[in-house]
Amino acid sequence: MSDNVGIVIVSHSADVARGTADMVRQMVGDEVPLAWCGGDPGGGLGTNVESILKAIDSAWSERGVAILVDLGGAETNSEMAIEMQPAERQGRIVVCNAPIVEGAVMAATEASGGATLDQVKRTAEELSPG
Amino acid sequence: MVDTARQKALIEAVAQAVIAHAGELTALDQAIGDGDHGINMKRGFEAVLADVDAHAAKPLPEALKAIGMALVMKVGGASGPLYGTLAMTLGKELPAEPSRDDLVRALGAAIEAVKARGKSDIGQKTMLDVLVPVRDALADGGDVAGAAAKAAEATVPMKAVRGRASFLGDRSIGHMDPGARSSALIVAAVAEALGEA
Repeated sequence: MSDNVGIVIVSHSADVARGTADMVRQMVGDEVPLAWCGGDPGGGLGTNVESILKAIDSAWSERGVAILVDLGGAETNSEMAIEMQPAERQGRIVVCNAPIVEGAVMAATEASGGATLDQVKRTAEELSPG
Repeated sequence: MVDTARQKALIEAVAQAVIAHAGELTALDQAIGDGDHGINMKRGFEAVLADVDAHAAKPLPEALKAIGMALVMKVGGASGPLYGTLAMTLGKELPAEPSRDDLVRALGAAIEAVKARGKSDIGQKTMLDVLVPVRDALADGGDVAGAAAKAAEATVPMKAVRGRASFLGDRSIGHMDPGARSSALIVAAVAEALGEA
């Protein structure tokens, strides 16, 4: 179990999610628990709760998990997945309001230094306008 | 009284209505969204149909929760969590033998849950623009299916501010919202199935 906050990448496209994760691994390294998912339950473009639940399990850290999403359905499905988590995980998983690629790299960089979930989220969200 | 046979007929009627209109829902979604609403809803309701006997054998609240979970898992997109939340909240709020008052109250709670899930409200060209008038018609004892169809039609001139359609801004005006249409289809199927029994 890592001492660092975990990062989950949720895109409508498995290729985008995998590519973003590749960039995080190359730029930040292996110090951060990292998982990605993309695609609808039928294998097309979209997002689905089941694969987000698996990604959260895979990147789970006691310090928490930050989720980076691309478009609307990815956010809605991620929030649904968070609500379906056991009580002891509630409050330790957040969706970051940030661009998916830049946000994932920034969040992972912050997480790799041992930052808290709040700090990781804030760093990713510095990229968002407004 | 909702017995197993009637509950099965009700679930089948709703699922078949959605599946039969999948092409139309996708065409509506291609106009203002990402073109997957029909495909997604069809996949979700096919999963519901595959377990229809199990759903029909459960008490109504438990059946609604199980159907909601199936929709969450199988529909994908934003519609999965939205319709899943709707069904699961109805399941949480309804007694096994609901009266009309129970339905009005439970639908009100489900509407609030959908608003929270979608961070949206009435007038934003979404399924809520059908669900709210349906609740009102139910409360007044009016024609529920007629209210649903009229309400879906009323989304045509609206401008989308939520979901993918919001990227289109003014260009979303002039098309019926696909979620409003699928909601109206479901409401009409429920009203017809309950009316016939």
